[in-house]
Amino acid sequence: MIPIKSSEITPESVYHDRRKFMKGVGLAALGGLAVAACAPAVAQPTAAPAAATTGGTIAPAAPAASGAMTDELGDPVNTFEEITNFNNFYEFTTDKEKVAGMATDFPTRPWTVEIGGLVNNPAIFSIEDILSRFDQEERIYRLRCVEGWSMVIPWLGFQLSTLLELVEPKSNAKYVRFETLLDPEVMPGQRSNWFDWPYVEGLRIDEAMNPLALIATGLYGKDLLPQNGAPLRLVTPWKYGFKSIKSIVKIDLVEEQPTSLWMAAAPREYGFYANVNPEVQHPRWSQRTERRIGETKRRETLPFNGYGDEVAYLYEGMNLAAYY
Amino acid sequence: MLHVSLEVTSTSKNNMTTRLPTFRFTKFQIFVHIVALLPLVILIIDALRGNLTYNPIQAATLRTGKTAMILLVASLACTPVNTVFGFTPAIKVRRALGLYAFLYALVHFSIYVGVDYGFDLQLILLELSEKRYVLVGFAAFLILLPLAITSTKGWQRRMKKNWKKLHRWIYAAGILVMFHFIWVQKSDIRQPLIWAGILAVLLILRIPRVRSRAVTFRTSRRAGGKKSAPPKPVEVNEPVVQ
Repeated sequence: MIPIKSSEITPESVYHDRRKFMKGVGLAALGGLAVAACAPAVAQPTAAPAAATTGGTIAPAAPAASGAMTDELGDPVNTFEEITNFNNFYEFTTDKEKVAGMATDFPTRPWTVEIGGLVNNPAIFSIEDILSRFDQEERIYRLRCVEGWSMVIPWLGFQLSTLLELVEPKSNAKYVRFETLLDPEVMPGQRSNWFDWPYVEGLRIDEAMNPLALIATGLYGKDLLPQNGAPLRLVTPWKYGFKSIKSIVKIDLVEEQPTSLWMAAAPREYGFYANVNPEVQHPRWSQRTERRIGETKRRETLPFNGYGDEVAYLYEGMNLAAYY
Repeated sequence: MLHVSLEVTSTSKNNMTTRLPTFRFTKFQIFVHIVALLPLVILIIDALRGNLTYNPIQAATLRTGKTAMILLVASLACTPVNTVFGFTPAIKVRRALGLYAFLYALVHFSIYVGVDYGFDLQLILLELSEKRYVLVGFAAFLILLPLAITSTKGWQRRMKKNWKKLHRWIYAAGILVMFHFIWVQKSDIRQPLIWAGILAVLLILRIPRVRSRAVTFRTSRRAGGKKSAPPKPVEVNEPVVQ
């Protein structure tokens, strides 16, 4: 079902030096000698700071091949620094480069997620429950921000569908509604009444059950950092980044389509579906093209961010220009 | 360096009868030139050091655009600052501020077309036709272009009355720039609204009736409430951008 194989975890130092590594390996890698060649390049994995993986099941392993460091299209993952220092998280600040610094003291323990609404087994999970109950796997996904930039991120997480199956949605449950923590004490951005906090997002239930929809709890084999939505967040790689709600405290199965924060703020700019679509234009940012962080040249934006084979069936017969 | 320049000055004083172009700046002018060039210097340093955020092209675009906008507002402030507040040195820096605004607008435009879109004209034209902020920004740039070219004393002389007519287009450019700034915002438009408000005040102060009232108000206050004739605004001999 999923063509994106969960790959073995690569030591962070290798990720960081991957461009150097790739250069060094050069043509040898193309000749299938990557495994042999990588050994000297990985000589000093000392840079990895306290890589305490949460599940305890994931052991760092040497990359089997250069493929471990790219998405399924062959594009390299972004660096840990890029992913953890360039964040849209308005609960802290609208300055993408300042989120990391402002979020360092954000308390992610204790943390509970309440799952309820139209379900047979409503539940309250602690983050420890979630981490022990659901096997964490790595998924390398592209993230396309509505602002026209993108990254490739090695997430760690589990399928949203497994969580939903556990609580058993009732037959009248049509949508899943997610909510971020509301706490202006620790999220200073929420003191601004420019937005209608808390952050809310939603998925149609069939979208939520799609195997691509991930609840991420980590990246680069480590716990999520607050700026990336710790301790757990949604990742829907075929949709614009703002759909991937962060620091979730509440998940409800509902009958009516939820109104997301961005839909409420600017309904003509942000729709409920927010599928990555180069055909539907935005008043500010180019949706035909995007800039991958770390690159200079623009790339063409792919329909459904390149995940059409996995998700296009969800929208058959729908006018995606009207349901943007 | 200092020694050489002093020599040149003394030579010209003693021996030359024809006027040499003098490059004597007042302290205020030097200050303005430094302040106006500083953002460009900082941008270049940051770019060379890889210090321009993880999205450097966007950062450079935003920075140069904002600097251009601020300098445009500053150049439009010179006249009212002179006429209404009686700060005459402002007139001496008006053209320079206008030209610096154009310089930053040119860099801004060039980054967008050349670096961001890699001269992909087809893509740029689509952006221009679909995005109103691109359209008004481009229109403002097209206005600034002839104003910058004709900003010299020579053009001022040659164009006579038309020069002033042409350079009044700077007001339109200022207004378009504000729409550009407002429409490019994702959500919070307070900052562009503040700048638009400043521009509005600067434009309103140019309306003859408003200006004379403001001058009367200022001079009467200075005279301790006694009525006095408003002073004539300083005659402008400098070629200016507006």
